[in-house]
Amino acid sequence: MRRGSIPYLLILPVVAAVVATLGYPIYSLVQISLEKYTLFELIQHSGKWIGLDNFSSVLHDHVFWDTLKRTIVFTIANVGLTMIFGTLIALLLVRVSSVLRVALMAGLVLVWSMPAVVAVQVWYWMTNFENGVVNYIFGLGQYDWYASDFSELGMVTALIVWAAIPFVVITVYAGLAQVPQELVEAAEIDGARGWRIFRDVTFPILKPIFLILTSLSIIWDFGVFTQPFLLIGQGRLHESNYLMATYLYQEGYAKSDYGRGAAISILMLLIVALLSVFYVRRMVRTEETT
Amino acid sequence: MRAAAIRARRQRRLRQTGWNLVGIAVLVVMVFPVFWMVSTAFKQDQDINSFNPTWFPFDGTFSHFRDAIAGSDHPFFWNAVENSLIVVGVTVGLSMVLAFLAAVALAKYRFSGRKMFIAFVIAIQMLPQTGLVIPLFVVLRNYGLTGNYVLFGLILTYLTFVLPFAVWTLRGFLLGIPKELEEAAMVDGSSRLGAFVRILLPLVAPGLVATSVFVFITAWNEFIFANVLLQDQSKQTVTVWLSYFSGSSRHTDWGALMAASTVIAVPVMIFFLLVQRKMRFGLTAGAVKG
Repeated sequence: MRRGSIPYLLILPVVAAVVATLGYPIYSLVQISLEKYTLFELIQHSGKWIGLDNFSSVLHDHVFWDTLKRTIVFTIANVGLTMIFGTLIALLLVRVSSVLRVALMAGLVLVWSMPAVVAVQVWYWMTNFENGVVNYIFGLGQYDWYASDFSELGMVTALIVWAAIPFVVITVYAGLAQVPQELVEAAEIDGARGWRIFRDVTFPILKPIFLILTSLSIIWDFGVFTQPFLLIGQGRLHESNYLMATYLYQEGYAKSDYGRGAAISILMLLIVALLSVFYVRRMVRTEETT
Repeated sequence: MRAAAIRARRQRRLRQTGWNLVGIAVLVVMVFPVFWMVSTAFKQDQDINSFNPTWFPFDGTFSHFRDAIAGSDHPFFWNAVENSLIVVGVTVGLSMVLAFLAAVALAKYRFSGRKMFIAFVIAIQMLPQTGLVIPLFVVLRNYGLTGNYVLFGLILTYLTFVLPFAVWTLRGFLLGIPKELEEAAMVDGSSRLGAFVRILLPLVAPGLVATSVFVFITAWNEFIFANVLLQDQSKQTVTVWLSYFSGSSRHTDWGALMAASTVIAVPVMIFFLLVQRKMRFGLTAGAVKG
């Protein structure tokens, strides 16, 4: 056995496993998207070729475009709030006493570890209109947070941001430790304070971390499924509160129109692939320097 | 001069107290949902259902836990736990072996195609899983991986999504091991394999434990695929079981729901608290230097 073949033998199992479990479904995704494939064809085990009809049906559907726009706005709101609150809490972590810092860290890890399905149930219990504790705290009586599409998606946003904050805080906080203290002191001597120091000293050093956290959050939030699906409830999902993932699930899976669902899946995968190019390139480049 | 120094110190102490108060407020808001879940799980029904909340379950009860996991209203809890443990156990075992081999290749060898493999690993991590629900459902259906074999299909699916993460983090742990140690072992006359078993393996053991815990958590928390692929009630995993818990009636048994949530979340929380310190940088490792 030649020495040079060892690394290839080592990566072979992973490549084989992933190609087998991912390659074939992706191939069949493309195939199904070009076929009429409903419950009938599922039982027959074979679809009927219809070319690009599924794609043209989706792209001519205003629901697709409305959902895409809604998901973009939703993603911007979620990522923006996550990054802002996450960064503020990380900066706060540096300033509090050490006992409180440990307590905050432990608290954040608890939040981080909540399974999404569990978090949804707790959220629904806290915000239900009959005796939700949130209404009690804010003195809102029996306010129904799930009465309008906007407020419903607002609740989903609150849940996602709450659950996503710990990862951002912990990563940014780790990065803050790398900001040279001399630089901050020098800036202070020059008369810079709070916001100026953050903008001109801290932010430029942490920029790579912010870029990666932001692109990861965009990719996650754009395709988020569990929280909107369960918090809104499958029975109450409809055209005007769809996000990409719930739209795809309802149109493709729940309505058993797998061909059309596959077309939506491919469009969604393409959008996310475009969004990920930056992240993947960046990670590969930093990898080369290690 | 002394008066000025005292004033400056008092001002600093005041500012410190201010930050601490903000920190406490953040801690309370972030941890509240977790607290509320556990607290509700132990409360008497009349305290849960009243509009004026009882904050602490001083005259608590364990009856909700009994209802949740052994009650006749909610059968299949133990089936769900068993299914989850099977799926998670096999996923962890297989993924750790495969990922470790690939991580050794990445951390210890230079080979052409290495960069492509890294891009492959990172890109798969970015795939939105929802986009693959439909083809996986159709493929597993067509191959008869339903009924008793459905858990096997789910394991294959999970493997695809945990492998990139596992390879990537294990590689980070392996990079942390000084080359000199390994070389010293080889000078002593050990073969590369001998060096690996006696030197590398003990050093990377904590990394293996931490990574497998994260794989455990990912698989334990997963909902999308489990929900679509596991339709038989006795074949569900814990997250799917919990998502059906409140059922279709609007009169939710909040106490039992929160008890069930607590039972599912607590193992994850304990694991997370144990390993998070080691794993903080998994996804963003290397970013700081960039």
